[in-house]
This record gives sequence, C-alpha cells and structure tokens, in this order.
Amino acid sequence: MDTRSKEPRNAGGRTRAVVTAGVRGLALSVVALAGSITLFVLSVVSIALVPLGVGIVTTSWVLTGVRAFANWRRLVAAQWCGVRIPPGYRSLPEGANPWARTFGMLGDPATWRDLGWLLVDMTAGFVTALLPAALLVYPVEGFALAAGLWRAFTDGSRVGWWYGFVPVSGQGSALLAGLLGAVLLAAAYALTPPLLRVHFLLTRSVLSADRGELAERVRVLTETRRDAVDTSAAELRRIERDLHDGAQARLVAMGMDLGTVEALLDKDPAKARRLLAQARRNSAEALGELRDLVRGIHPPVLAERGLGDAVRALALRLPVATEVTVELDGRADAPVESAAYFAISEVLTNAVKHSGAERIWVDLHQVAQDGGLLRITVTDNGRGGARIGAGSGLAGVERRLGTFDGVLAVSSPVGGPTMVTMEIPCA
Amino acid sequence: MRVVLAEDLFLLRDGLVRLLEAYDFEIAAAVESGPELTRALAELRPDIAVVDVRLPPSHTDEGLQCALQARRERPGLPVLVLSQHVEQLYARELLADGTGGIGYLLKDRVFDADQFIDAVRRVAAGGTAMDPQVIQQLLTRRAADDRPLGRLTPRELEVLELMAQGRSNAAIAERLVVTERAIAKHTSNIFTKLGLEVSDDDNRRVLAVLAYLDHGR
Repeated sequence: MDTRSKEPRNAGGRTRAVVTAGVRGLALSVVALAGSITLFVLSVVSIALVPLGVGIVTTSWVLTGVRAFANWRRLVAAQWCGVRIPPGYRSLPEGANPWARTFGMLGDPATWRDLGWLLVDMTAGFVTALLPAALLVYPVEGFALAAGLWRAFTDGSRVGWWYGFVPVSGQGSALLAGLLGAVLLAAAYALTPPLLRVHFLLTRSVLSADRGELAERVRVLTETRRDAVDTSAAELRRIERDLHDGAQARLVAMGMDLGTVEALLDKDPAKARRLLAQARRNSAEALGELRDLVRGIHPPVLAERGLGDAVRALALRLPVATEVTVELDGRADAPVESAAYFAISEVLTNAVKHSGAERIWVDLHQVAQDGGLLRITVTDNGRGGARIGAGSGLAGVERRLGTFDGVLAVSSPVGGPTMVTMEIPCA
Repeated sequence: MRVVLAEDLFLLRDGLVRLLEAYDFEIAAAVESGPELTRALAELRPDIAVVDVRLPPSHTDEGLQCALQARRERPGLPVLVLSQHVEQLYARELLADGTGGIGYLLKDRVFDADQFIDAVRRVAAGGTAMDPQVIQQLLTRRAADDRPLGRLTPRELEVLELMAQGRSNAAIAERLVVTERAIAKHTSNIFTKLGLEVSDDDNRRVLAVLAYLDHGR
C-alpha cells in the first residue's frame, strides 16, 4: 500500500528534502499537539453530554471535526511520504437528523479508532513529529557552543552545561560538543526524511481499519464468490440440458419430418400433409420451450422495461392478487436488476405455493442510505411460519443476494402475516 | 390494403412481407427501427401497422412505444403488435384507450397463415386480436377469485375465451362446429352471468369482456 516517495539524487535536492522534512515535522508536531488535545477534550465532553441531550447535537459536529482532522492527516501522509491510510468510515445518509447522525457515528468502529488515535497523536505522534525537527536544530547549538557560546555558561573551571552527553566546561569540551553537533547533523542529513515517515507509519498503524475487519470481509467475499460460481455453473448445466432435451431434439425431429415429406410428396400427398402439420407443431413447441428458457435466463420485460415493470408483469402472471408499488428513479445495473428480479420471483413463488395467502403486496424502493440501497418487501396475508432454510427456497435467495452484498430478513409468525425484506446495494 | 411493417430481423421481415403480399396486401414500407417506423407511420398513413415490440436502436420496447405514440396522434390507427413473448402488462397498455383496432400476438401465430391473415384483417377493420396466451393468463388469474366467472359452464368459458381473443360469433361458431344461433345464446348467457351490458357491436363486446377479465366489474 505504501509507495515510497522518490528520493532526490543530487546533494542540493537532498538538503532541501531534509530541511523540508524538518520544517514539516515541526509544523506537524505543533498541530498534532494542539489539534489532538482540543478535539479529544471536545469529544469526551460532547459524548458525556449525550444523556443530557445537548451532546446529541454537538457530538456529530465534533466528530465531523475529528474526521476532518484525521482526513487531513491522511492527505499529508500520502502527499509528503507516500503513506496511504485508508479511511473506512461508514457513510451517513444525506440530510439525516442530528440524532441519526450522532448515533450513526457512535456506532461506527472507525469513530472509536479515531478517538484512540487522538491520544496516541498527542503523545507518541507529537514526539515522532518533533524528532526530525529537533535533529536539525540541535546541532546548531553544538556549533554555537564551540564558537564561543560556552562562555555564557561556564568560566572554564566547572561543568556549566551539558550538550547531549558532553559536559561543557571549557573550549576543549565545547569543541567536542561542536563535533557531536556535526555528527548529529550528518545523522540528520541521512535520517530526517525517514523519521518523518515513521510518524506517518505510526499514524497508519492506529488509524487504518484493523485486520480483523478485513479478514472478515475476505471470508465473506470468498464464500459468496464460491456460491456465485456454483450457482452459475448449475444454471448453465440446466440450460444445456433444457436445450438438449427440448428445442434441439424438436428441431431434429422437424428436420426428419421435412425430409420424409420431401420423399412422400409425390407418392402419398395425404401423409405428407400430416407430417407437415406435425413439423409445424414441433416448431411451435420448440418456440414455446425456448421462450420459457429465455424467461428463466433473463426475462424479456426486464430487458425492455426494467425492474419495476418486470415485477408488475410477473405479478400479473400469479394466480394470487398481487399489488406492486414501485419507487425507483432510473435503472440499476443489469446484474443487480436481474438478481433482484429472480429473488422477488422466488419469494413470490414461495408465497403462492406455501402461504395460502389471498393477497400479496410487493414494495420496491430506493433508499439513499449507505450510498444507495434497493429495498424490497414482499408481504402476504397467508398462514406464516416461513423460515430461511427448511427447504423453503429462501436460503437460495439469501445466497444469491449475498453475491451482491444483499441481505434478506424474514418475519413470519405462525398465523401470518409473512414479510420478507431484501436489501441490495445498488450504487 | 396498405401495410407498414416494422421488424428488425431480416429473415422475419422478409417472410412477413412475402406472406402479406401473397394475401394481396400492399407493403407501403418495411422498416427495421423505431425512428423509421414513426416516420413511415406519419408520412405513409397506412391502413394498418404490423410492429415488432423490440426494435433498434434501443432494443427495448421501442416498437410498442412508437405504436402507442402513433395511436395518440392518430386515434384508432390499427396496430398489430408482434412479439416473441406476450405480457398482460403490454396488452393492458395497448387496450387502455378503449378504441379498437388493436392486435397483440405471439410471432408463432404467423405459422398458421390463414388465422394470422384473419387477425390482420380484423384489426385493420377496427376489431381486436388478442393472443390466446394473454387470454389464458387473464382467465387463470380471474378464475382464482372471481365468483361470476365460476358460474359459467365449461362451454361458455370456451366461448368467452374465443370471444376475448377478438373473434366474431360467426368465427366462434365455425371453430366450435355449432350454429351461430347457439353461440349467440351462449354469449347472452355469459353477459348476463357476468353482469355486462349486451351489445350487438362485435368489437364493443370484445372490449367489454377484456376489460372485465382485466379489472373485474
């Protein structure tokens, strides 16, 4: 993740880089100390005031400030030293009320990570930022001592000043201090830029999303990917079998019939006519089978009209009165549309087969939350008792939706009603 | 009779042209896209438009939309819509304006040339031609929760189905191999049982039955 910034080759460039790193370190240490202490105190006070009500309004402001501060640090880390720190905040709905914003932010692990980081930043962060600056400034004192500043501290008979580990007691030891200063300056020349980098690496170790979360994400992705591959392989197998035993076989039969017709045309016109009729029937049936197959792969209405009308058309095919409400602006990506369609189709089939419902309601709408979400509810007034698993087909729906990070929830008390809610990210 | 035909697949367009010409229709234009269709309908003012639902450039329901738009500009313009699949949703949109001259058939229906040509003529004359699959869907759906429909005898249901497809009494009689008077009797029974107003006009009758099947009384 981290890309090392280019090291300047020539000496002039190097000096400039060293000085820049020192100045940046100094600025950073000042800002880190002042900023992190202020924000930390404000956060603690604001969160403590949440039970009193005031905190509900202020906390989201203060935490927004904390995020801005952390994001600024992410920015300079990338610009100055090429250290990338992924943000990983949960997105908040636009125009949410202060209540939702505050609790949304407090529920986000990233917020607590930020607050922890403020503590680190005001201590270790401060020190690591100051170090490169100090390493540049300190040798100047050594040179000054050697040049005669030692006289201000001692008359030459006793140790009047310590420069590092060198006791300054006269011109001799002052020269030693100057030498140490030179060594330190040489060290600074080599070490200042990497030291500043250390500061940002420290920041990253505290501020970036922890590995547990990533590991969990990897696990989920691996699982859903396997499911997706399995499902599509099974689908292809089914399509192949349907074509092989259906339309393909019918076309072969048709070809044979037509061949026979050709032979019989003069000898037995009556029989030829019968065979022609049979060939036509076969072609009609092949078409019917292909039509059903196409509907199973990608329903034509979905391609022609999008999700809303496809679900309306689907509802019109059901033997149970079904009401469909759609509130979608524009069309989602084709794979999302298709997944949503088949999920709804499966849930509806389930409801018709098992619930004994007289009415079904389907509601489709888009929620701005979490960067765009397709929320679908299917409600029926049947006998209830539906569960995920138990061979209900709902487990399959859940797996299919998983590929799109979608979720499925079922509320179905015995006696009904049953409500199936599905959410699919669509942005 | 002058026909404007819109179908994007060359093989099918060619076949339809030959079929229609064999039955003495004059092909005013055979086009392959939505914009061309709109232009042809406006400029050539045909007696009937035979239109595929899915047309380029969008490959969505462009043909259907062009046909509906043309009918808004010229109410009652006979339109026969063809498709690889039939949807009650589309049938409802086509029938929504309540005037006749609407056909909606699966492309497969072309296989039976006589029946297909009969449907074209019927639509051109301001009648209706609904695909048996659409009617089947409507009946299955309504049968589940509709009492009046449950009171029909199997024979009456059969007549209702054919009537909803847009066929005249004479055609139904021929199909079921009975006299036209017998069909007239069935028809009046059906209308009484469903509580619909009896009308002598074939097309008004068809539209009433379709409206009943789609929405109830």
